[in-house]
Amino acid sequence: MNRIEGHDKVTGRATYAAEYPVEGVTYAYPVQAEIARGRITSIDAAGALAMPGVLTVLSSEDPPELAPDADPELGLFQRREVAYRGQIVAAVVADTYENARAAARAVRVTYQEDPHDVRLRSDHPGLYRPEKVNPFYPADTEKGDVAAGLAAAAFTVDVTYTTPAMHNNPMEPHATLAVWSGDGDLTVYDATQGVSTARDMIAKTLGLPAERVRVVCRHVGGGFGAKGTIRPGTMLAVLAARAAGRPVKVALTRQQLFDVTGYRTPTIQRLRLGADADGRLTAVDHEVAEQSSTLIEFAEQTATPARTMYETPALRTAHRLVRLDVASPSWMRAPGECPGMYALESAMDELAIAVGMDPVELRVLNDPEVEPAGGRPFSSRNLVACLLEGARRFGWEGRDPTPGVRRQGRWLIGTGVASSTYPALRRPSQATATVENGGYVVRVAAVDLGTGARTALTRIAATTLGVPPEQVRVELGDSDLPAAPLAGGSMGTASWGSAVVAACEEALRDGKHGAADTTDAIKAQEDLARHSFGAQFARVRVDMDTGEVRVSHLLGIFAAGRIIDEKLARSQFVGGMTMGLGMALMEATVTDEEFGGFSNHDLAQYHVPVCADIERIDAAWIEEDDRHLNPMGAKGIGEIGIVGTAAAIGNAVYHATGIRVRDLPITPARLLA
Amino acid sequence: MEITLQVNGTRRTVEVDPRVSLLDLLRERLGLTGSKKGCDHGQCGACTVLIDGRRANACLALAVAQDGSDITTVEGLADGDRPHPLQAAFIEHDAFQCGYCTPGQLCSAAGMLAEGGPSAITDDLATDPALTAEEVRERMSGNLCRCGAYPNIVTAIVEVAR
Amino acid sequence: MRSFEYARAADPADAVARFRPGTMYLGGGTNLVDLMRLGVAEPEYLVDVSRLPLDRVEPDGEGLRVGAAVRNSDLGAHPLVRERYPMLARAVLSGASGQIRNMATVGGNLLQRTRCPYFQDVSKPCNKRLPGSGCPAIDGDHSNLAVLGHSTACVATHPSDMAVALAALDARVHVTGPGGDRVIPMPGLHRLPGDEPGRDTVLEPGELVTAVLLPAPPPGASRYRKVRERASFAFALVSIAAVLDVAGDGTVRECRIALGGVAHAPWRCERAEQALRGARAGEESFGRAADAELAQARPLPRNAHKVPLARNLIVRTLLELAP
Ligand SMILES: Cc1cc2nc3c(=O)[nH]c(=O)nc-3n(C[C@H](O)[C@H](O)[C@H](O)COP(=O)(O)OP(=O)(O)OC[C@H]3O[C@@H](n4cnc5c(N)ncnc54)[C@H](O)[C@@H]3O)c2cc1C
Ligand code: SF4
Ligand code: FES
Ligand code: FES
Repeated sequence: MNRIEGHDKVTGRATYAAEYPVEGVTYAYPVQAEIARGRITSIDAAGALAMPGVLTVLSSEDPPELAPDADPELGLFQRREVAYRGQIVAAVVADTYENARAAARAVRVTYQEDPHDVRLRSDHPGLYRPEKVNPFYPADTEKGDVAAGLAAAAFTVDVTYTTPAMHNNPMEPHATLAVWSGDGDLTVYDATQGVSTARDMIAKTLGLPAERVRVVCRHVGGGFGAKGTIRPGTMLAVLAARAAGRPVKVALTRQQLFDVTGYRTPTIQRLRLGADADGRLTAVDHEVAEQSSTLIEFAEQTATPARTMYETPALRTAHRLVRLDVASPSWMRAPGECPGMYALESAMDELAIAVGMDPVELRVLNDPEVEPAGGRPFSSRNLVACLLEGARRFGWEGRDPTPGVRRQGRWLIGTGVASSTYPALRRPSQATATVENGGYVVRVAAVDLGTGARTALTRIAATTLGVPPEQVRVELGDSDLPAAPLAGGSMGTASWGSAVVAACEEALRDGKHGAADTTDAIKAQEDLARHSFGAQFARVRVDMDTGEVRVSHLLGIFAAGRIIDEKLARSQFVGGMTMGLGMALMEATVTDEEFGGFSNHDLAQYHVPVCADIERIDAAWIEEDDRHLNPMGAKGIGEIGIVGTAAAIGNAVYHATGIRVRDLPITPARLLA
Repeated sequence: MEITLQVNGTRRTVEVDPRVSLLDLLRERLGLTGSKKGCDHGQCGACTVLIDGRRANACLALAVAQDGSDITTVEGLADGDRPHPLQAAFIEHDAFQCGYCTPGQLCSAAGMLAEGGPSAITDDLATDPALTAEEVRERMSGNLCRCGAYPNIVTAIVEVAR
Repeated sequence: MRSFEYARAADPADAVARFRPGTMYLGGGTNLVDLMRLGVAEPEYLVDVSRLPLDRVEPDGEGLRVGAAVRNSDLGAHPLVRERYPMLARAVLSGASGQIRNMATVGGNLLQRTRCPYFQDVSKPCNKRLPGSGCPAIDGDHSNLAVLGHSTACVATHPSDMAVALAALDARVHVTGPGGDRVIPMPGLHRLPGDEPGRDTVLEPGELVTAVLLPAPPPGASRYRKVRERASFAFALVSIAAVLDVAGDGTVRECRIALGGVAHAPWRCERAEQALRGARAGEESFGRAADAELAQARPLPRNAHKVPLARNLIVRTLLELAP
């Protein structure tokens, strides 16, 4: 189905956060820390205040009143300590963007600088085991005897993969427009993935009841996790508007996004795999080192996919975290699965070579009956079907595994495969369905960040109601609507859809109105391992002289429950795979070890794929009929597309060249080294 | 300074601070928020508009330097209620997800289709190549799409180019 | 951005007459406005030279005269350039994006500044931006900076593609200024950093580029090739402009090689050219020539790959040009 808001988006009428026309709007521009660690000794705003158009300056000289337990990233201007370079330490509010920005440069901040530590190392003395990893998994798991499994193995692989810091870089930079009413109510137009979540976080940070805050987000220019929770820019707009007594707009610059809106932690991953003479796994050990800031503990769940993927008598997964003088990492598309599966699926390729077995076959051979770590049964698992269907479509059969032998002119050609997985979870949501003007209006505080939520929910409602989609209007993107979880973790459609179906069913019974809350239903669900799976195939060519890699073809086959809309689903999968290609070949944020922060903080230096990088990407799926999920039978599709892509490409590069690059991204520099 | 622009067919005379970019003039002062700001440094293409019929990054164009120019933004692409063929093709081929890069993609494509000539990947630079998917991909590489709608964008443009 | 005054110059003389300390000429603005927004450039007065009547590409004897205000896209699409200087057309078309090329002028392209990450970040030191403040790139992020001709004060590279082709074509840059008119040969416009990295070129304050003259196309086959981290819209890791003329007996009659992305200026490979003239064209002599040139390379810890990359590009491009 074509997107419901398609016309608005192609005509420029779709309104994003910074674009709501508000009378008397002013602009706030942040001042950022120029040291990586230390203390602010003074902030002199006199020069800035004297500049044209300046209304006020916010800083810790006069800390705004906030809830005492405000999150340290969101509790702006509360403390004098600097935790990372780029942290917001002050802000100027002025009548125009140009004036605010010019005056921000005139704010003089002096520091007492302390030595900083911004480099993640696998032998860092500060590494520790976190209580849990995002969002709620145990940091470590262990079953069987890994040492024995490795010792008994006929073949072993013991390799370390690293992935760099990466930034989500949604095309719409984080932006917020905050408007306080005369009686102290707050309306926030925010670029967010969750209006209910954003409202709750803003209210909590301010110490206000949630009813006093309304968050509106009708359209958002992507987020990929970076807008899953509110970031400092949102609070800056809220506090600046309160201080200035005027509506305030904050539109972060692309450079500021790199500093204050989160990123994917770099990882160092050691993989030890053992297999018997037939290729059956005897042990899997996946240990990860990663970083967080000194402000908050965010531990990415990088080793968790190993708990799900392959049958093995001995399995150990472990996460170690070190708190550095860096910005707080956060969610980026498929946190955990994405970097973790890159390492695991690359190591599986290395194992296939060691065993002398086809990599598709190796994966099929080691497909488990029940979840390897916990022993829970799967609600459905069709990895093998994806691998076999993908192999068939891709023309995998008869592949010669010898690396570095296929040439076309100066190009070396290779193919690679990797598996994908992502959890299929749900969160409680509310929704209503009401008969209005001869049709139905469905209300749910969901957000459509480009996933097509508006369209998918319309279809879900129409199907439940037994009416054509034209008779359903879905209202979303407003925290005044029935509360709903954020768009993230590939849970959006499943969570909101469950509530929409229930509300629509009740409306049918009632004839007028239905309201639903899925909290109890979700609590009552069976304890099963619910995951999507997939198989990705890549064909690459590598220039022998220059090390340039081009991806001639990517094919992804996914098993993700029932697909609600083919057009939307294909776009989601392809989009994820595109980002995976970026991860494989070009995406890396460079930590500035001397000064702290990141040095390549814009889109000319941090490369994401451009149109010319994407030659052919095909995505298809295996229909699943899984009754243990939700009323739609759907698993999420927003993230699985990025999982496995980088490994498939890396494996193909090895097949093409015989060079195993174990540090992403695979650049000409690495291939020529 | 006072400048006069023709914006989507309407004459607009405005007083601007020389520091204001064409993009900020459109978005913050003329209420034309269709053109998007993704980077403010020429690196993403979200702000692409047509200046005197040629595609350009409005973020790097100073408004004062455009005095006397004819500007077309995404709001001005359609012919009244009739969508531009590119707009229709983008909807039909699902050539966007979040839609934030879309106005820039559309203006860029409209400008690109009018350009002709060779590109960096054209084998024989003396010839004007056909607008194959490969040519379109190279020519549209100044417009990033983080949602990864590229294949559909290319399909939509190639269809209109025919 | 600091406040500034803006004026459109009527003709080159008017532009020069308007020049005073704190003035900068504005071409398409694709580099200057970028740097002003970052606070790297802080002109008090912008004199717009993008609409000067210097926007023609016209035959000049055996060669071609390209006005400084010609847009990059118009240069790349010009029939005479495509036909007679395809290497230049390809270099121009390989730079930036369609939109930027529509805005960017020939003069501005030549005078665009380095993409060194520290240079672009005013919160950090940089000898080029703030003389004497230090060069953090030397021990820091220099993965895309120079391997040739750099100094202990600066290891930046010049990012232009077009300038590399112009350096190989022996182009001449015409300038006018408070001190009158002069002609600067390419290479020669761009300096090596030495102990004065603040100066990118040999231009004096107030000098305005008016045109670039291309001498008759050199005999032989030519090619521009650019290697980058993605398929398009990225600056070069290394690029090459090469011209090769091989005599009937298989010996090299003439050759020109210029590299981009390796130095503070487009790098003309005189040693390689020297080694090749009169030599038998082939993989062996091409390799020797490349080695002769790159013997002077002084790679930094994180950009050593540029040396084999440059070598491979020289050898491969020449092999492709050899009959
Ligand atoms: C995202 C991005 C990607 C890019 N990628 C590439 C690339 O891959 N390859 C490449 O080569 N370039 C690339 N560029 C750079 C681009 O080519 C230059 O910005 C452009 O050529 C500059 O031309 P301009 O007319 O816009 O110059 P301006 O920005 O107007 O001026 C640049 C400088 O030249 C001076 N100047 C301008 N005209 C004259 C004159 N006539 N006489 C004296 N001084 C003058 C100005 O004072 C200023 O100092 C990229 C730029 C961007 C923003
Ligand atoms: S290399 Fe040159 S431009 Fe870069 S930081 Fe050093 S001095 Fe500045
Ligand atoms: S906003 Fe202009 S190119 Fe990104
Ligand atoms: S549609 Fe979201 S960036 Fe292109």
